[in-house]
Amino acid sequence: MSVPRVESLTELKRLANRLRIDIVRMIGAAGSGHPGGSLSEVELLTALYFRVLRHDPKRPEWPGRDRFVLSKGHGCPALYAVYAAAGYLDPAVLPTLRKLGSPLQGHPDKRMLAILEASTGSLGQGLSIGIGMALAAKMDQADYHVFVMTGDGEVQEGQIWEAAMFAPYHKLGNLTLIVDCNQQQLDDWTEKILSLEPLAEKFRSFGWRAVEIDGHDFEQVLPALEQARANPGAQPTAILAHTVKGKGVSFMENNIKWHGVAPKPDEVAKAVAELEAAAQQL
Amino acid sequence: MKATTTKFELKMGLATREAYGQALAELGRANPNVVALDADLAKSTYSATFAKDFPERFITCGIAEADMVSIASGLALAGKVPFASSFAVFLCDKAYDQLRMCVAYPGVNAKFCGSHGGISIGEDGPSQQAVEDFALMCSLPGFVVVCPADEHAARALVHRMAEHVGPCYMRTGRPKVPVIYNAEEKFEIGKAKVHGSGRDAAIVACGLEVGYALQAQAQLEEEGIHARVLDMHTLKPLDDAAIAQAARECGALVTAEEHVLDGGLGARVAASAAASHPVPMEFVGLRNTYAESGTPEQLVEKYGLTAPHIAAAVKKVLKRKK
Repeated sequence: MSVPRVESLTELKRLANRLRIDIVRMIGAAGSGHPGGSLSEVELLTALYFRVLRHDPKRPEWPGRDRFVLSKGHGCPALYAVYAAAGYLDPAVLPTLRKLGSPLQGHPDKRMLAILEASTGSLGQGLSIGIGMALAAKMDQADYHVFVMTGDGEVQEGQIWEAAMFAPYHKLGNLTLIVDCNQQQLDDWTEKILSLEPLAEKFRSFGWRAVEIDGHDFEQVLPALEQARANPGAQPTAILAHTVKGKGVSFMENNIKWHGVAPKPDEVAKAVAELEAAAQQL
Repeated sequence: MKATTTKFELKMGLATREAYGQALAELGRANPNVVALDADLAKSTYSATFAKDFPERFITCGIAEADMVSIASGLALAGKVPFASSFAVFLCDKAYDQLRMCVAYPGVNAKFCGSHGGISIGEDGPSQQAVEDFALMCSLPGFVVVCPADEHAARALVHRMAEHVGPCYMRTGRPKVPVIYNAEEKFEIGKAKVHGSGRDAAIVACGLEVGYALQAQAQLEEEGIHARVLDMHTLKPLDDAAIAQAARECGALVTAEEHVLDGGLGARVAASAAASHPVPMEFVGLRNTYAESGTPEQLVEKYGLTAPHIAAAVKKVLKRKK
């Protein structure tokens, strides 16, 4: 099996740093895209693909693989970077993000990139898709786990709550929701648009086991994901990962502007320099 | 729904929704990967027929159509062949973005049935009467859209939908309808059924309107007008060749549907004929209006969908024929 696995915490942090560089470069090359929400999810995706998920880049269609659905599809640059680092994609493809004919479409497009579990981009749908996969696993008595990542703004969509009612009722202990709580959406901070709080309580009242973690601390991310995956029970897990939108790039962090704007070449250079300097500290 | 004229008698049969349920159960027996979903309308859509035989393969999603459609997508992505149903108006209208993004766009092998199509559902009124579903579903790239006229067409097309790889939508109706075909009749997606070879006009209809079209054909025969009827059970892909042939051989077309004229069967047939062999056309359907509560008979009469309405449309189009 060629499952990529990074054991050391330091190596995971170095990998996350390199992925941030990839993300900033690829969005810069594309001239459009969503840096803020791509950067906030890096540790979560790194932990999934390099420690927690059961998967094999040599067998992308392995029926027994764990599934990961990026419901917040605009965060796909991070997923594409992870695919390249994990061996699913040739890294040379990363600069083709959003270009005509590229497998790396602006939002995940399974027609163009078959290794994606689902096409996404219209918010609120991925949790339901994940439910369908989790149900199929139960019907087939298969033991793969399904992870779905949404944004926090995304949980304003009603369909998320349809799905949130459904999963515990149908005892989908093989399903884990990760909410990338970077506290911002497009127009403003989520608190100023439509407050989600108390979010953990909401999920608990719907029947989920809800845990809150620092989404950038591998020492919290790893156990939370591992425990969710190892869930012996019927109750699905909601991991509310507190993150920083634009994490790792000083001028992007917590800056609303960077939801959906690409850095210009000089900004890319500045961001990469910062990230490379940070790497020296690891 | 009344089925008889003086000379032309059609026996009443099952509602197409009931035939859907029976066919789904047949599929369930033949293929262990077929699963069914509903949004708390299983008793009305007749997905309950499947649920009774295969409770472990039936998923009720509650009154949550958007969730249901995306769940169907997830099931299909994981190797199942899902058939999800609800009233057409709730399935297609409420879950349209989900049908678009989770099914049509990725081309997922999921099937959908919208029951209670049209105004013939009767007293429940417009909130439950789907009159835009053809337009919505035909607008989705990659979707197959069918509307069977009777129980035999419904059963056959359910099987064709299961064999087809890709997104499919079937509209079924609430009322019992006349039996037009027999159990041995073969149906193919995209191939219209032609009744008669009259050369004065061709009536292109689907669903409930096919029975009325056949009645109109019989009435017109008594008056020396020879019309043929095309059962366009597949709205997408449309049988362009059959439309072109009918246009060439008859020189005039009338369409009839239980749907608004905007974007429905008539609009699609007109586009097809205009591109191949343009001829004068008249359209029977809802003219920019919703219906209301009433008996099915009252509604089809008031909103102009019956055999005499179709016959009148044929006479009208004949005046414009060159």
